[in-house]
Amino acid sequence: MNAPIQTPFHVNQSSRLSRISGWLSVAVVVVLATVPWWLGRGQVSVLMEFFYYLALAQLWNLLAGFSGIVSLGQQAFLGLGGYVLFFACTQMGLHPLVALLLAGLAGAVIALPSALAVFRLQGAYQAIGTWVIAEIFALIFLQVQVLGAGSGMSLPVSIARQVQIGSVRRDAVLYLIALLLGVLVMACSYALLRSRTGLALMAIRDNELSARTAGVNSQRIKLMVFVATSFGTALAGALIYLAKLRISPQAAFDINWTSYMMFIVIIGGIGTLEGPIVGTLVFFLLREYLSQLGGSYLILLGALAIVVMLFLPGGIWGTFATRLKVSLFPTQRWFIEDV
Amino acid sequence: MSLLEVSHLNAFYGDMQALFDIDIAASHGEVIALIGANGAGKSTLIGSIAGTVGSKTGIITFDGEPIARLRPWDVVARGIAVVPEGRRLFPSLTVEENLLMGAYARHKEALPLKEIYAIFPQLERKRKNLSTALSGGEQHMVAIGRALISNPRLLMCDELSLGLAPVIVQDIYTILQRIRSLGLTMLIVEQNVSRALAFADRAYCLQEGRISLEGRTSEITHEQVSNAYFGLKAGA
Amino acid sequence: MSIWIDSILQGILLGAIYALFAAGLSLVFGVMRLVNVAHGDFIVLAAFLALWLQKLFGFSTPFWTLLLLVPLMFVLGYVLQRAVINPALTENVLRPLLITFGLSIIVQNGLLQIFSADAQKLQGGSLEVVSFALPGGLALGAFPLLMLAISVAILGGLQSLMFHTRLGRALRATSDDIKTASLMGVRTPHLFSIASGLALATVAVAGVFSGIRASFIPTNGPDWLIFAFEAVIIGGLGSLWGTLAGGIILGVAQSIGAHFSPGWQLLTGHLVFLALLMLRPRGLFPRRTE
Repeated sequence: MNAPIQTPFHVNQSSRLSRISGWLSVAVVVVLATVPWWLGRGQVSVLMEFFYYLALAQLWNLLAGFSGIVSLGQQAFLGLGGYVLFFACTQMGLHPLVALLLAGLAGAVIALPSALAVFRLQGAYQAIGTWVIAEIFALIFLQVQVLGAGSGMSLPVSIARQVQIGSVRRDAVLYLIALLLGVLVMACSYALLRSRTGLALMAIRDNELSARTAGVNSQRIKLMVFVATSFGTALAGALIYLAKLRISPQAAFDINWTSYMMFIVIIGGIGTLEGPIVGTLVFFLLREYLSQLGGSYLILLGALAIVVMLFLPGGIWGTFATRLKVSLFPTQRWFIEDV
Repeated sequence: MSLLEVSHLNAFYGDMQALFDIDIAASHGEVIALIGANGAGKSTLIGSIAGTVGSKTGIITFDGEPIARLRPWDVVARGIAVVPEGRRLFPSLTVEENLLMGAYARHKEALPLKEIYAIFPQLERKRKNLSTALSGGEQHMVAIGRALISNPRLLMCDELSLGLAPVIVQDIYTILQRIRSLGLTMLIVEQNVSRALAFADRAYCLQEGRISLEGRTSEITHEQVSNAYFGLKAGA
Repeated sequence: MSIWIDSILQGILLGAIYALFAAGLSLVFGVMRLVNVAHGDFIVLAAFLALWLQKLFGFSTPFWTLLLLVPLMFVLGYVLQRAVINPALTENVLRPLLITFGLSIIVQNGLLQIFSADAQKLQGGSLEVVSFALPGGLALGAFPLLMLAISVAILGGLQSLMFHTRLGRALRATSDDIKTASLMGVRTPHLFSIASGLALATVAVAGVFSGIRASFIPTNGPDWLIFAFEAVIIGGLGSLWGTLAGGIILGVAQSIGAHFSPGWQLLTGHLVFLALLMLRPRGLFPRRTE
């Protein structure tokens, strides 16, 4: 009997296009880093928002689009991050930038007991469960007097001023942190998804039982992703409220944070890394051109979400990429036989 | 004229083609067996006729009327009943409710419950039980009863003997024989080739989505079936 | 002691409202596993529509608006399901979730645009102030009792529908196995739309009664949605009496929490919900088999 034929092969994860976009992205980021020195304050502020929305959306995408965890409760960690920052600065005397990291850590730590509840549930129950947890956080913070309870609190000017580093203005520092956050979230997500763990993650998303049969420790991986995204979301929340200088439970734990993340990811293209970028762009463009309509702008947003979901379920990028078989930041693997 | 005619049927699951240019026919009162290995396309063929496989090209006529573009509920309303693979009883419904669901599409033509209980007396005792509380053989009877209650003109059974003890399978085929003597046309998907050939008038063998053999069961040889089943050329 | 009894009694009455909020949701969630995020907003919509209809026709009490509102909202539910939700009801949770999220945003902001953010209230007239005295110095309001009666009637009616009618059988069969149900002749898109229509019909009643009970604003939707969902999930999928029990348990939990401190009302409810969900993920009275 002959020996089985071995086909030499390798697994390819890049393409020419993806390598080009990789280098292009680096160049773009470098240019973006210089922005505070040649754009006005207003524009820098908008760009800061762009990057923290992008970070938040990408984190939500990592959960729902790649791990199969639909969260309607990201605002829990966002608000937590904001409040931890305010607490750390006003009650513990920490420097705001150090407090940012502490806020992220707090998110990661709180994610552990939250996961206990969230992972017990599936599907729609899980989604509602995450929302209820966020409501619980909000209600708890409503009671905490030292953090302003229902009326919220403001960050004293003296602390706000600490954000300025040398000659770099406060708004520039905040923008650069947002940029860094956005870039790090993208880069880490990219690295994760291209790693072995990322492959396991996507297997879990597609069919958890099959993945576990193949030896994947799904609970541990999902927990890891949940903790990491909670860290990122809390850090983003801390940054947001460091910029806004005023926090209240209604604002910080508002479900709308999650609805914006959902909107961005799904319009852009869930389950792709490029999707949230496209989605955030669309979101900001709509805001720029339609916000003069006031409340009707939100009605349009809702209608757009419905239309896209009905006719372009893969989102704008998803549909475009599948049609043209394009991938700038590929997360798939190609099995190539060596000829 | 045939009761059921399928011409040039191609069926797809997404991008994957499961059936290739299938032609089959069944005359009034005939019993047709569909045999073939797992994955050959037998269930897909049943699904295509019933309308649950939507992505297809070709022509399917039932009693002269084209039904290929119809949704399942319209197909069954015309008198086709299906005993699905794995029985697929409704777990939240009792035995009686399951039977009544069979009559949903054709409540004017449907048989009264007592006629079904006449065929399957053991079910009458358990009519208020949840269908899942019954034994495998009894559940099969509920599934068949559910199909019969609609008073169909064509009965399609997908893998009736799968997972059942031989003695139960014998009971079921005895019942099918009684039904057959009432003149009901049947399309039977069967893994058990010898049973299928013993029971049916004609047979089609499917292999990887194509018909590899067809003919009267009295005329088909064992060797022909083996070859057709496994896709071997004669003499291989 | 009587304070505890009072808390529990008030909790039961409060729970009846939650059960009424939850009735339609239970039906739709049970039949098609649809998470309709806009459910609460539709209750608010019903309250505003009742307000408008009452003014338009000059009815003496808002109850008359139900004659128009119930069929109107049935049709709305049917059309929305058929046109907008059915096409997306394919595989995962996300598509219908975002579509109903979109609907939620549209309804809330639409109401804000038309009616502004001012608090509104439907006037129930003398019914709102009548109460029955009980031994021990307790009192039960006539209106809350009426709400309890209506809740029980609606949930009982839906339960009868589900278990004693051909339509109900089809709904339960479809929720078990949509493909096989279609093989039995069930026109599943139409049936789902009927379920949504029924759900919104109950929402019409919930909206009117809730609007009489307390003032409302366009953004109340999400809060009410959460109460409705908690009631459905505590009670267990597929059981309408379970939904009633779930609503009452939630109401009682909130009421006891409120007894300690007003700020603890909602929190206690959520904590009890989470605890029960952890202990019994399928709810207390799930449908017989699943």
